[in-house]
Amino acid sequence: MSFPNIQAQYEAEFENIQKNLNGKSDSSFNKIRRSAFEKYKSLGLPSVKNEDWKYSNLKGLEKISVSFPKASNFDSSIFKSLPLSDLEGISLCFVNGIFQTELSHIEESSKIKVMSLDQALEQNPEIIEKYYGKSLDLEKESVSALNVALASTGSVIIIPDNSTLDQAVIIKNISDVNSGDISNNIHNLIVIGKNAEVKVVEIFQTVGEHAAISNLVTEIFVDEDARADYYKIQDENDKSYHLGTTQVIQAAKSYFYAATVTINGGFVRNNLNLVLDGEHIESHMFGLYIPNGKQHIDNHTLVDHRKPNCESNELYKGVLMDSSNGVFNGKIFVREDAQKTNAYQNCRNVITSDNASMNSKPQLEIWADDVKCSHGTTTGKLNDEAIFYMQSRGIPKPEAIRLQLVAFAEDVVSQIKIEKLRDMLDVLIENKLT
Amino acid sequence: MLKISNLQARVESKEILRGINLEIKPGEVHAIMGPNGSGKSTLASVLAGREDYEVTGGTVEFNGKDLLELAPEERAAEGIFLAFQYPVEIPGVTTINFLKTAINQIRKYHEKDPLDAAQFLKLMKDKAKSVKIDDQLLRRSLNEGFSGGEKKRNEIFQMAMLEPSLGILDETDSGLDIDALKIVADGVNQLRSKDRSFIVVTHYQRLLDYIVPDFVHVLYKGKIVKSGTKELALELEEKGYDWIKAEADALEASMV
Ligand SMILES: Nc1ncnc2c1ncn2[C@@H]1O[C@H](COP(=O)(O)OP(=O)(O)OP(=O)(O)O)[C@@H](O)[C@H]1O
Ligand SMILES: [Mg+2]
Repeated sequence: MSFPNIQAQYEAEFENIQKNLNGKSDSSFNKIRRSAFEKYKSLGLPSVKNEDWKYSNLKGLEKISVSFPKASNFDSSIFKSLPLSDLEGISLCFVNGIFQTELSHIEESSKIKVMSLDQALEQNPEIIEKYYGKSLDLEKESVSALNVALASTGSVIIIPDNSTLDQAVIIKNISDVNSGDISNNIHNLIVIGKNAEVKVVEIFQTVGEHAAISNLVTEIFVDEDARADYYKIQDENDKSYHLGTTQVIQAAKSYFYAATVTINGGFVRNNLNLVLDGEHIESHMFGLYIPNGKQHIDNHTLVDHRKPNCESNELYKGVLMDSSNGVFNGKIFVREDAQKTNAYQNCRNVITSDNASMNSKPQLEIWADDVKCSHGTTTGKLNDEAIFYMQSRGIPKPEAIRLQLVAFAEDVVSQIKIEKLRDMLDVLIENKLT
Repeated sequence: MLKISNLQARVESKEILRGINLEIKPGEVHAIMGPNGSGKSTLASVLAGREDYEVTGGTVEFNGKDLLELAPEERAAEGIFLAFQYPVEIPGVTTINFLKTAINQIRKYHEKDPLDAAQFLKLMKDKAKSVKIDDQLLRRSLNEGFSGGEKKRNEIFQMAMLEPSLGILDETDSGLDIDALKIVADGVNQLRSKDRSFIVVTHYQRLLDYIVPDFVHVLYKGKIVKSGTKELALELEEKGYDWIKAEADALEASMV
């Protein structure tokens, strides 16, 4: 076992959950959990020998002693002053996995059904049975298997057929690590009906100086003709670990757009996997990461073109400062059946310090012959000539650098369709790039 | 206003400026001509503060200050403006945004309040008109995809906005069509005043028909080897550089 200490803690937590099931140990949900835990155990947490984790070493987890929060009272006023708090919409707020009524805003509406994972298990077990863990490949993904086995919190969002939601749906996960290290296992299900439309924003934040380990799985099912925007915004402390997988299954003629913006995070691994399982699907993936200090940000994306006549488009951009690391791995599969596929991928990075590094790797596997595919990755420094040009007009060097970095990031931010979110992110980004 | 004494500079190990002397008084226009590679752009860059060039000797005094001690942005704030021979493209930053930042940084240097949006827009409209530059161009990323002529015109527009006390134009005329040349020259002439000076680097006498210089200097192998009035430019146009090169090389040979 590569990580005995942290794995022992997870094992203890799993046993603890099993002991407290109050006679529900034979429920179908618990069967899913048990089987997932077995899969996790046989694989273990991934080490750097695993090709997909080559540049992202989880060894730092070994030093963490986590508690798995049960229930507690929070002074919600501290959370109200966090950045992005003013974002309006239907919102669910969790602090250390515990739902916060006071910080949430849920409206009764026929256009949407919103539940916590617990509520869904009570009220709509058939939904859980139908979707929970169903999009995942647990044979290969031990971190996701661990999530399925341990998930203690999450949101279930159902958008019925033909329903268009104007408001954004915001799922906010705050880790309060003022009094110690915390582990959160969060599992969200987002089910978007035929010809329905929704914008979902996931926000991850920390309060306090200890470590938070968040293991997130978000499964998104986008039915025929549906349109979904998905924003994942991360602003967590330098000790935090975020291991996340967003798994998306798209049906024919659907539209899916993702923007993953990592403002801060100690160790971040975002998997974004799209399965294009129908014809005439359109998919967009945008990403921005701006690590400083020793932050480590790893984005792995996968687009699986299974059927003909689909288009996917991807742009990830990074600004790497100080001693930070970035990783980008973009897989594109075009299956034999998927003729007339258009798939574009681009990853561009600026490094502002000799100690920062970036590993980016496109991985294309194309089995169909009539496809248009392009990919490119660049990593470089800011142009000295451009900095001098700006200085020669009276702009001090740090400001010249900041202006150029902000402009570089803007390509991704400008794609964000929720105006208020865009403005708020602009402020966070400008502050960080100073 | 500007006093350059025995200025020497090199890049990597190559000596490019080998003892330049030049004095410019308020209101004067000095043209600098000379063969390719003689060091004209290097001189302009050294005055603007480019770090790639190492100053190995000499002094430059600008309005009583030691220019070589100042950072490029401080030189700009003190009133030096370089119109680049090759203006740089800056993706994602519009000319408007760029100039607003520049103007307000310079105002900050002089402890003045920033211009508000309305004041800035008015200034911009007036100046854009004076150099006949299209509003649309100013809304695009700075110089990105601009034609050669558009880039040069944008340089003059920036100069008009920043109102420097010393404008250094490095081959602003090259790549301009006849009409654009007139517009650029007009822009410069409008800015001429009793306390604003110019250094005009050019290969062509033609520009000097429009911007009439007080002095013409020939730079060769990193030194000013000949100075005169505007008639010198006409003579160069007619005779080329060979006679000057011969004179200078002979002088150099006699000195070693
Ligand atoms: N960064 C550099 N590295 C190496 N050599 C350089 C560098 N910059 C300038 N030089 C050299 O210095 C000499 C002077 O160049 P400079 O650009 O000042 O000439 P110029 O007089 O402006 O020429 P032109 O009329 O062609 O514009 C040239 O030989 C050039 O190759
Ligand atoms: Mg030159």
